[in-house]
Amino acid sequence: MITLNINGKEEQLDAPDDMPILWALRDVMQLTGTKFGCGMAQCGACTVHLDGQAIRSCVTPVSVAAGKKITTIEAMQDDKVGKAVQAAWQEIDVVQCGYCQSGQIMAATALLATNQAPTDADIDAAMSGNICRCGTYPRIRAAIHAAATKLA
Amino acid sequence: MSAPLNISRRTFLKATALVAGGLVIAFAIPQAKRFLMPGADKASASQDASKLPAPNAFLRIGTDNTITVMLAHSEMGQGIWTTLPMLIAEELDADWSTIKVEHASAAPEYAHTAYGIQITGGSSTTWSEFDRYRQAGALTRALLISAAAEKLGVAADTLRTENGFVVSDSEKISFGDLAETAATLATPTSVTLKDPKDWKIIGKSTKRLDGPEKINGTAKFGQDVQFEGLKTAMVARSPVFGGKVKSFDATASKQLKGVQNVVQVPTGVAVIADNYWAAKQGRDALKIEWDLGDNARLDSKKMLEEYRALAATAGLPAAKAGDTQAALAKATTVVEAEYVAPYLAHSPMEPLNCAVKISDDGCEIWTGTQMQTTDQGAAAKILGLKPEQVKIHTLFLGGGFGRRANPAADFVSEAVQVAKAAGVPVKTVWTREDDVKGGYYRPMYLHKAKIALGEDGMPTAWEHTEVGQSIMVGTPFESVMIKDGVDATSVEGVADSPYLKHIPNYQVNLHTVKATIPVLWWRSVGHSHSAFAMESLIDELAHAAKQDPLEYRRALLKDHPRHLAALNLAAEKADWGKPLAKGVSRGIAVHESFGSFVTQVAEVSVDKGEVKVHRIVTAIDCGLAVNPDSLKAQMESSISFGLGAALFSEITFSEGQVQQSNFHDYQVLRMKDMPKVEVYIVQSTEKMGGVGEPGLPPVAPAVTNAIFAATGKRIRNLPIGSQLA
Ligand code: FES
Ligand code: FES
Repeated sequence: MITLNINGKEEQLDAPDDMPILWALRDVMQLTGTKFGCGMAQCGACTVHLDGQAIRSCVTPVSVAAGKKITTIEAMQDDKVGKAVQAAWQEIDVVQCGYCQSGQIMAATALLATNQAPTDADIDAAMSGNICRCGTYPRIRAAIHAAATKLA
Repeated sequence: MSAPLNISRRTFLKATALVAGGLVIAFAIPQAKRFLMPGADKASASQDASKLPAPNAFLRIGTDNTITVMLAHSEMGQGIWTTLPMLIAEELDADWSTIKVEHASAAPEYAHTAYGIQITGGSSTTWSEFDRYRQAGALTRALLISAAAEKLGVAADTLRTENGFVVSDSEKISFGDLAETAATLATPTSVTLKDPKDWKIIGKSTKRLDGPEKINGTAKFGQDVQFEGLKTAMVARSPVFGGKVKSFDATASKQLKGVQNVVQVPTGVAVIADNYWAAKQGRDALKIEWDLGDNARLDSKKMLEEYRALAATAGLPAAKAGDTQAALAKATTVVEAEYVAPYLAHSPMEPLNCAVKISDDGCEIWTGTQMQTTDQGAAAKILGLKPEQVKIHTLFLGGGFGRRANPAADFVSEAVQVAKAAGVPVKTVWTREDDVKGGYYRPMYLHKAKIALGEDGMPTAWEHTEVGQSIMVGTPFESVMIKDGVDATSVEGVADSPYLKHIPNYQVNLHTVKATIPVLWWRSVGHSHSAFAMESLIDELAHAAKQDPLEYRRALLKDHPRHLAALNLAAEKADWGKPLAKGVSRGIAVHESFGSFVTQVAEVSVDKGEVKVHRIVTAIDCGLAVNPDSLKAQMESSISFGLGAALFSEITFSEGQVQQSNFHDYQVLRMKDMPKVEVYIVQSTEKMGGVGEPGLPPVAPAVTNAIFAATGKRIRNLPIGSQLA
């Protein structure tokens, strides 16, 4: 048993220490909003926040999260920046298949939390680890700028 | 006003009451104009609409005013979750905020109106459903008006519909309040569709109905299916296609916590576990001895050499006019070139997966599929069931791009085999490595051309030979798609090229290679390589003739107004001919596919061997654009998908094994590589075409033509990779 703080709640999980956070969330906690895309920190579909920082949950074992706060897409509507990002996503109609979008939103939220006015180069740097096979990149870029403007 | 349409003969719609109260408009018999699948028409010919269960509906109106639209096709990002409801809502005068959407079950009633089976592909959903979904809306509206007329005791022609209500001069009744009465009325046999000038929804950019749930993480994909008792399975497959298990030792695997069982299936050895992590560790711990079979020496470099040798010989004729050999022999200017496009994986963002639960009298399947009919048939065959005993729940697809429409039903069949062998409900999941190495690739193709130019620089003879694997051979589509040994999808974009039509002598030959690498349609199918070859060749000819690439195309396409319209619009918006920033060059390409005509102008710079694509201006004529913003999204999407492939992606083989495994070595487009994209829509009343794929074929040649303009180097092999370094 391991105790994790997930979306503000202390949870007891029956998960081995080496289980990646991704599978603890999805298979143990039934929090399926966080997605699996590659399993080797290559695509960003599994992005969650660990103490506010964007991490790849597919390669981060649960043991690393002990004593820290995990935040997932399911809690973004309660996060000031996350909410603004989601609103911008809706406004610009970013999504296509949608599978990468939880990860995109988590990465964008982490970016905007530390950089209130990201340039295109900042967006390239922060978001290029998140693959979108549907190619929603132009809209993601526009939505990040729009959210930044709203939050300013 | 439009002429009335005879509903009963054309679409076989029927109104009935919903079990829980309300109105349901059901299919009776699929309207299939041509059948790709032999026998697909027989499956439901005897269906009586009145006996149809409500699940075979495609429109339900509840007494609570909700309008549920059932999709006969699968939502995989292309936006039909919104576009098809727009068609119904338009004719129904529905309140858009009350629309809900569901994937239909798998049933003959949902067969594609042109292809005869339930399938999402060929960029065909919107045009193929344009009449059927509008008619369903119009018929429902007529019923609701009749119901209101009865309730109010007035003539139907004194009533109109508005935003979810039937309205008279003095009263208005909501659709929900009329649903039960409407369900008791006789279904009209003809209705009149709206005149396009009265459209309020069709043609207007409309936000996606699946947006909110895909933004907050609640949208359910196949990967997200969970229920009590469902186990996770992972299959160890042969490292070489066609290999078989000789023996295996699962001792270490079975000792791991969370591993429940290990079973052999036709495709390999399956580990059944409590969750993904345990299944993965269990699979890693398996010791398997493989009989690798005949493919163990497969090598894509050697294959290409074989292709090259074949291209020097005649092949089967795919198209022909005049006497090409004689004209080439006489010519003073001849351009010769060879183009190669590699094997490609689809790699949809959501790796393949499929959940299966087998019971005494049937089987339930949860997956994201583009081809319910073949999946259902394959599962039924494995289990000795009738197709209708197999219930398919289609979830959102985390991308398809053709990979989830497999005539061989590979990932569904395997999951059924695993569930059958394990004796428990299982969700078979694929890792990204499984996806990249798992086959069903866009086949490698070699194009070799020899073209004679006349005094005026225009082509007078064109010899074109293609070598590659057929995607249709061995599938149920073979009889329709392969004629005289020529797979139409191998030569599409070449044999039917508008350029050839005005050349007195041409000859298109095909060598279909018998290889054992599983291949499949990949976004834009044959056009994905043929446009690269054709539009590069045209560029080569323009340069050989010392003519502007745009003007050269205009001259050759002068009798092709839709090509011209797309060409002219893109060229104008891209400021073709005007100076660019230092170091930036333009390239252009135009191509027709799936009934739509697309031009792209790429702005590219090359610095120290690195290609940077700055901007792509694109114009499309697809006829009516039902949801213009959705069309734009599909063009952005196709450009991203095609550009990633052109720049980076390739699947290669050495000693029988796929050499790539995940996104670090099977590279795709990322944010930093995405150019600015501008999409312009040709205002057109021409025949409707598709939008999911036609934006892809011109990308590679537009970019490589720009690279030529920038550097003088002609890229003839994809991916571009480090060829400029
Ligand atoms: S699944 Fe974690 S980065 Fe791809
Ligand atoms: S929306 Fe489909 S992968 Fe990003």
